[in-house]
Amino acid sequence: MDNGDERDDERDIVFRARGVTRVFGEGELAVQALRGVDMDLHAGELVVLLGASGSGKSTLLNILGGLDTASAGEVRYRDLDLSRAGERQLTDYRRHHVGFVFQFYNLIASLTAAENVLVATELVAEPMPAREALALVGLAERGHSFPGQLSGGEQQRVAIARAIAKRPAVLLCDEPTGALDSHTGIKVLQALAQVNERLGTATVIITHNASIADMADRVITLSDGRVSEVRENTSRADPASLSW
Amino acid sequence: MLAPLDRKLLRDIWHTRGQVLAIALVIAGGVAVCIMSLVNYRTLDHTRETYYRDHQFSEVFVDLVRAPERLVDHVRDMEGVARVQSRIQAPLKLRLADFAEPVKGRVTSVPENERAQLDRLFMSRGRLPDTRRDDEVVVVGSFADAHQLQLGDELAAIINGRWQRLRIVGVAESPESIYVIPPGSMLPDYSRFAVLWMAREPLAAALDMQGAFNGLHMTLEPGASEPAVIDALDRMLHDYGTTGAYGRAHHFSDRFLSDELKQLSTMAVLFPAIFMTVAMFLINVVVGRMVSTQRDVIAVLKAFGYSNIQVGLHFGKLVSLIVMLGLVIGVALGLWLGQQMAIMYMDYFRFPVLQFVVPYDLTAVVLVIALLVSWAGAWRAVSAAVRLPPAEAMRPETPPEYRETWLERLALRGRLKQPSRMILRQLERRPLRSFLSVLGIALATAIVVLGTFQFDSVALMVHSQFERIQQADMTVTLEQDRHRSVVNEVARMPGVRYVEANRVLPVRLRSGHREWRTAITGLPDDSRLLRRVDTRLLPLPVEGEGLLLTEYLASELRVAPGDSLLVEWLDGSGDVARVQVSGTSREFLGVGAYMTLPALNRLRGDGDRVNQLQLNVAPEQRLSVVRLLEERPLVAGVSERRTMLDAFYDTLGRTFLTFTFINALLGGVIAFGVIYNTVRISLAERGRELASLRVLGYRPGEVDHILLGELVLLMLLGIPLGWLIGKYLSLLLITLMQTELYRVPLVFSERTLGLSATVVVCSALLSALVAVVRVARLDLVQVLKTRE
Repeated sequence: MDNGDERDDERDIVFRARGVTRVFGEGELAVQALRGVDMDLHAGELVVLLGASGSGKSTLLNILGGLDTASAGEVRYRDLDLSRAGERQLTDYRRHHVGFVFQFYNLIASLTAAENVLVATELVAEPMPAREALALVGLAERGHSFPGQLSGGEQQRVAIARAIAKRPAVLLCDEPTGALDSHTGIKVLQALAQVNERLGTATVIITHNASIADMADRVITLSDGRVSEVRENTSRADPASLSW
Repeated sequence: MLAPLDRKLLRDIWHTRGQVLAIALVIAGGVAVCIMSLVNYRTLDHTRETYYRDHQFSEVFVDLVRAPERLVDHVRDMEGVARVQSRIQAPLKLRLADFAEPVKGRVTSVPENERAQLDRLFMSRGRLPDTRRDDEVVVVGSFADAHQLQLGDELAAIINGRWQRLRIVGVAESPESIYVIPPGSMLPDYSRFAVLWMAREPLAAALDMQGAFNGLHMTLEPGASEPAVIDALDRMLHDYGTTGAYGRAHHFSDRFLSDELKQLSTMAVLFPAIFMTVAMFLINVVVGRMVSTQRDVIAVLKAFGYSNIQVGLHFGKLVSLIVMLGLVIGVALGLWLGQQMAIMYMDYFRFPVLQFVVPYDLTAVVLVIALLVSWAGAWRAVSAAVRLPPAEAMRPETPPEYRETWLERLALRGRLKQPSRMILRQLERRPLRSFLSVLGIALATAIVVLGTFQFDSVALMVHSQFERIQQADMTVTLEQDRHRSVVNEVARMPGVRYVEANRVLPVRLRSGHREWRTAITGLPDDSRLLRRVDTRLLPLPVEGEGLLLTEYLASELRVAPGDSLLVEWLDGSGDVARVQVSGTSREFLGVGAYMTLPALNRLRGDGDRVNQLQLNVAPEQRLSVVRLLEERPLVAGVSERRTMLDAFYDTLGRTFLTFTFINALLGGVIAFGVIYNTVRISLAERGRELASLRVLGYRPGEVDHILLGELVLLMLLGIPLGWLIGKYLSLLLITLMQTELYRVPLVFSERTLGLSATVVVCSALLSALVAVVRVARLDLVQVLKTRE
């Protein structure tokens, strides 16, 4: 997308994507998931990426997160050209700069909540203590619990703690409330909002749930592989006020 | 048109082809050992049976000094005797133009009457000797092959002290010479011992035996009592210098052949039993796990309305296809190996024609067992999956209840990195599965141990026999008993460094109804060249008046030190004596009885006599000493330690070690199959977690650590356990394989342990390589988008 706003250029840009396309498969079977996406993400910003199933939002997130590479176009994370990075650079990029939150939590069943956080922080030099990360998501007391002993919402909050504990510049969340009921989902969103405010982590939340959009600084809507709308919220809604 | 489920089945097999092949290899390894051993044993057994029947192998044999031909009719009239034939036989010495070493042998008369013959020759080349010619002989195939003798070749022979030129007119095999072993030896020697046949008349003339014979051989009426016939013969032939009649069981060739076949039959039961048990256990585990990974598929099928039986059948088919693949490979490989093995043994045993037997019945049994066990493994997993309501089964398995492991609590708290915690907890969380994995690796190790420990055992046999027991370079057998002063005479020969004299007397030892034909060897008081050793292979003195028996002989006769034995001297005298057992000695090759020379001479009561010399000679003069000795009329034969050692490795060592080597190889295949599957299943089960770690920024190498760390731990537990299991299986094997010919000692060297560990570790490395490649290729997006 073209943000076209002079004022934004002065702000610290974390991601800059230009003309990003992604094609799966070849020849007649080729599927064009992204058809030339432009977008920027600024430091400290909370963006909700809206779109129906198949709109290309997960593909875009995976490319931003270094889990996938664009077929054409340019994606930069600060000075790092993700579209030209090798496997090892992408691994280092994920290791030091990005936090992920997934729909299905992806916690390690054999590690406690605190250890699930440690598994990520062991990789970096100056991480947040596991207890502090868990406190941020309101789970300070559950550090010794194993995932099997936690509810879905709690597991997702552990996943958030795990993602932010290494103090990443960016937090990428793929349908973080997708597997949760609305009550639990709101708790998870509150945790995300809190992390964004307190740590200033640039956050991208993917969802097909339009109600969540109100908690964002900006809402980018994707349809059929293109940015169809960019909306800037004048004020961010408290997740507690959301409902669906 | 294939049903959709069947198409799924074929695709599943294709997608997991690496694992499928690994499972099939485990089955193939087990089945191949089974079939190989069975084919080999049955083929040899059937070949022997056919050979004995077609060539009329006798059942009772008598050697004596000289008896008139008319006695044959009396024997024929004896109760229980079916057919009887007399013959003339004599030892001989041969000189070959291009073979420096002395050759001994035996010449036997070929009866004139072709038709009713017992122990008929199988003429592989040429013809029988002309009854009127005194220079025509037939030679045994093993000797002809060893020296590449052709029809028409001439041999220089000394028969009855006279030089004679012999011409080869035929090459033959005989049921009496399947195993050609020189008298007094316990190992076949094909190049230094010849078996010859001559027409009876000329041989009788050469030996002054016209109208007489010195050997009888006969078959018995069905149901006749062999001991009764033997007793009657011994009584009848007492005055003719009989050394005692004996049955097939004591006939040299059959005795050793039977021993070998007995060992083969033990191996044909034991190896396959162990291999199949291990393979079946592993298949059960591996198949069970493979099906477990399809838990969600099972749930979906059930949600569609498939019955448990249908789902079970589907996986039954999957498993059957894998098992069939393994069986086809295993049966084909087993048949081929069995045939090759039988051909190798045939060459060794000198069977004229190999009667190849395919054990269809047992192959079918093996097949059914393999299928049943695999189905059981699959069913175990399927029934666990169908027991759950489909909705629950479609959800990921409930995260299991993990907890801190005792190891962490004990010592390592806070010191472990998270990946190491994951490994430990995974292992402790599923103790049964971890145990089965450890057991799988242990059994794979054990199989390799079982296949390889025998190399060390054979080395120890050789060491103990040829370095501890038999320290003489040469053993000289004298024609007759001599006064002990013969030692001085031989000691003066150039090149001879040291001489000791023994006396070897053939005997029948009796204890109650148990008896054993052997020889008592009298050893000088301070014997240096022919030693006895105890169980630790330390020198055991022979002293006092008692008889020292080889452990094996003592146990066969069921006697212990302090018991007394009846000794029947087999020198035609019919004399008997009583002697007390003083102890037992360890010996891996052959069996024997020993006492001091003075005690033996006192027991026999005929003076200070010896009939065997043990020599140490200067190595460079070895051949000249042998030549000098051979020229002496008093010398019946010279055997060298070196040639016995060669013979050991050429014959016994070769067949035994080939069998063992193939088992070790197939053990390696099984080990690989097990470990490869352990790794692949672990990878399948943990792919999601590993991908999560990769997303968190773990490098492939760091993720490999989790997967392979688990394998390393399993191996650290499994390999030592495998050594232990292997040791007990080996003990079982050697206990069941003891024969008169040899007892395999149980030896566990670092080499065996190292080799088995190496095979297992190499299998693991190869499997790990596959895992590493897979981890590097993990599709992170795919794994995270889908729920478990």
